[in-house]
Amino acid sequence: MNVKTLAAALLVGGLAQLPAGALADGKQLVETNCASCHALERPDYGALGHAERITRKGPPLYFAGNKFQAEWLEGWLQKPQRIRPAGVFPPAAVKPSDAGDVIDPALLEEHPALSADEARQATEYLMSLHAFDDLIAASTYEPGTIAARMGQLNFSKFNGCDSCHQDSATTGGFSGPELYTAWQRLQPKFIASFIADPVAWDPNTLMPKTNLNESAVERLSNYLKLIGEEQP
Amino acid sequence: MSRTTAMSALKTLKMAAALCAPLFLATALPAAAEDGETLYKIYCTQCHGVEGFGNGVNVPAMSVQPRNHHDRSEMSARTDEELFKAVKHGGKSINKSVLMPAWGENLNDDEINALVLYLRELCCNSGG
Repeated sequence: MNVKTLAAALLVGGLAQLPAGALADGKQLVETNCASCHALERPDYGALGHAERITRKGPPLYFAGNKFQAEWLEGWLQKPQRIRPAGVFPPAAVKPSDAGDVIDPALLEEHPALSADEARQATEYLMSLHAFDDLIAASTYEPGTIAARMGQLNFSKFNGCDSCHQDSATTGGFSGPELYTAWQRLQPKFIASFIADPVAWDPNTLMPKTNLNESAVERLSNYLKLIGEEQP
Repeated sequence: MSRTTAMSALKTLKMAAALCAPLFLATALPAAAEDGETLYKIYCTQCHGVEGFGNGVNVPAMSVQPRNHHDRSEMSARTDEELFKAVKHGGKSINKSVLMPAWGENLNDDEINALVLYLRELCCNSGG
């Protein structure tokens, strides 16, 4: 099956209806199915400017191997569940109301589900994308512990993370990805490195780089570990 | 100056700036010269609201209400320098809430200036 036939089959029937074994190559699968929403190579941020963030439909994946926990990724691709309550670009899924801005579920897009084979192949390829080995190597973070109360204070009062992120299914803001599942989804050094310098990972990130010192980054990372390990 | 005259003057100024921009791009506007409205939509609306009324989608989770940028009296009480400082260094830098983050590592000074200009448009030139 050539690429054009494959693309046509995907458009018509969706991933689940492809003949078994048609997608032998994770790279081809990812490039065919994921590239229209996810960057598989570093975008030319200098030329695109911040407006790139408006048109982005999914998180960039060119450093997926530095970011995700492979086991989680493979499972999620088969049963995708929303991680960002207000979508990838929140202003696009939010509408004004008398009670303030609210998420309009009709404006949120669903992520397609992959079969077990497809998820395994896609994960294998995505985990081979390592654009930011240098950032991971530079991280000195070693997972540790923090008291729940101190972690929560760091997350809320001291740093205001809870304005945009949920640290439980019922607490926190909606514009950023939920963080009570971050420890299951993400590699520990990615978490610490991203908190310390989100702009190095993504020049158009909506996460402010606030120049936290190493201990503050550790406390926040350990809090994500604490709340993440409580998840089923 | 009436509001209509002010808006018309602003539009003329914008048009002139757009026409002249290529001439000065290399020196005066080294950044992509993205307009404040676009930057506001990307970085500010989550808390300050898609229309700038301080009622963004995150507000139910926030212990401090974000500034309503249409509030002419509150906004007029701040100088452009203070607004610039609040965006670049965060709310704490002007003795306001830590919930307003410092954007100085995400946005350059030209971009922050464009945001300040747009804030002035919201508060004082757009019927706010």
